[in-house]
Amino acid sequence: MPTIHKTTFLSMLLLSLGLGVAVAQNGGASSGFPTPKNDFTASEQRGHGLYLRYCVGCHGVLGDGEGENAPYIDPRPRNFILATFRCRSTSTGTLPTDQDLENSLERGLVNSNMPSWRPTTPYDRKDLVAYIKTFSPRWKTEKPGTPIEIPAEPEVTPERVKAGEALFQKLECWKCHGVEGRGNGPSADTLTDDQNRPIQAFNFHDGTRFKCGSTDRDLYKIFMTGLDGSPMPSFADNVKPDEAWDLVFYLRTLQPMKTKAKLIAKQLGLKPINPAGAPAQPPANPENK
Amino acid sequence: MKTRNKLAGMLSALVLAAVGALMLSRNVSAAGEGKITGTVKLAGTAPHQRAIDMSKEPYCQKLHADHPVTLENVVVGSNGGLQNVVVYVSEGLPASAGGQVPSEKPKWDQKGCQYIPHVVALDINQHFLVTNSDPTSHNIHPIPTKNPQWNKSQPPGAQPFDVSWANEEVSIPVKCNIHPWMHGWMAVVKGPTAVSDGNGSFTLDNVPPGNYTLTAWQETYGAQTQKVTVAAGKPATADFTFKAK
Ligand code: HEC
Ligand code: HEC
Repeated sequence: MPTIHKTTFLSMLLLSLGLGVAVAQNGGASSGFPTPKNDFTASEQRGHGLYLRYCVGCHGVLGDGEGENAPYIDPRPRNFILATFRCRSTSTGTLPTDQDLENSLERGLVNSNMPSWRPTTPYDRKDLVAYIKTFSPRWKTEKPGTPIEIPAEPEVTPERVKAGEALFQKLECWKCHGVEGRGNGPSADTLTDDQNRPIQAFNFHDGTRFKCGSTDRDLYKIFMTGLDGSPMPSFADNVKPDEAWDLVFYLRTLQPMKTKAKLIAKQLGLKPINPAGAPAQPPANPENK
Repeated sequence: MKTRNKLAGMLSALVLAAVGALMLSRNVSAAGEGKITGTVKLAGTAPHQRAIDMSKEPYCQKLHADHPVTLENVVVGSNGGLQNVVVYVSEGLPASAGGQVPSEKPKWDQKGCQYIPHVVALDINQHFLVTNSDPTSHNIHPIPTKNPQWNKSQPPGAQPFDVSWANEEVSIPVKCNIHPWMHGWMAVVKGPTAVSDGNGSFTLDNVPPGNYTLTAWQETYGAQTQKVTVAAGKPATADFTFKAK
């Protein structure tokens, strides 16, 4: 409930801001609406109106993330001109699907100022997505990536939780997220996003939800596709689908919610991983000879 | 009657294709004739390149214990030659030139917590291999503005990534977020290009005779251009000098 309130308040605030901009932009034009720009589709046109009302204060008239509130916001609003998005069901480096973007609008991005736009209708969100895609030419020359395949979730077992723990160590998630997943690994304090601004690694202990969703499947997607524009890389090239589920289960043991995985971890008496157990010799990689 | 027409059409298409192929191969061999060589120098004192503290990655720190690695923003050889400068033809190439993507796959290795090479020059759509020779994970994170940004973890012993860039861009910064001192550049240009070596020397092959604008780009000092004419069967020379600030 408090989130809704906040959102409504914000929307109203931005509504006034947005209208101001719309009027200012319109200058001498006689109709009350912004003059149609170039060759917008009906959906983009509607999205444009909604954008000026709700989004422009943060994401800016040009979609460059430089709205008038932007300087006061950390992390900064997304720059749509680059078409680089965190929350995707598609591989790193590819465009997200419309559904990915609509989901982000509906959900909002926790630990940021990006509110949930659940108060708008699904049609509004479709139009908004259509409009923000007009900011980058990439949407004209490239197709969205293909969503990665996620096999059905297996049963969580002690073996899987332990295998997930081994992966957390081997894949060196802890370098950024810390051995206990508190977002305080050895590389954490030097992390920067693609705009060279400092950024925090996720702390699993104080978050039940992620920016890019909260289900097990969302979590699977997050580390397989990566959060483009942030230091959080994609692991899809080196983690098999079945292993990915093991890692999901282990990550759940670090979070505050009571889950079956967490119960298993307690029964196993799992301790934070020991990074000193990492290999010390260069691997035999035939390609590097 | 209909089939005949179709046959004739197919035949002429074949002939056209054959002639086209011939013309293409002619162009390629003509392109093979020309060459631009030169040297890039730095005038003035090179800025101090401080040693990098790798203590956060004990393996890499130990590896370089005797010769600490320094920054590579300005790398000058003993003769004043400036290394890691990307030289390419920025204007004047006929549309037909540079149409063929080199089949050679340059390697971009992560070794001792450094990128080797520090600067690579690639043709558009030319494939290259990203490898990890270290016993530690790296995340390879190129941050282009004219190409899609991606970010992949490459654990020890992982298969190389075979990748390419579709759009011209000089240059794409590359970093490893785990090891923030690791950074390098990928220059993507259409047509002949080279990176100056430890003596500041470079050679651009396969430049057909003609008048060109040559650009030299260095990560700290930016870009410089000059005109150069390549005559048939005679290598042209073009030297560049950057001024230390
Ligand atoms: C109060 C400021 C604010 C408003 C208003 C706002 N956003 Fe955002 N938005 C943000 C911030 C901040 C981020 C980046 C969050 C992050 O990186 O964690 C963001 C990110 C996004 C993203 C990127 C999601 C991803 O996967 O990377 C999209 C899409 C987006 N906003 C769309 C919208 C739309 C559409 C509207 C209007 C309906 C809107 N935003 C209104 C602040 C805002
Ligand atoms: C190079 C540092 C780095 C490494 C290595 C890394 N992460 Fe992250 N991770 C981050 C950062 C930074 C964020 C926050 C990104 C943001 O807020 O935009 C993040 C966010 C996350 C999130 C939350 C995403 C969301 O939607 O809020 C999860 C889950 C996650 N990482 C899991 C992992 C796992 C699992 C591994 C290892 C397989 C891993 N990370 C390795 C830096 C890293």
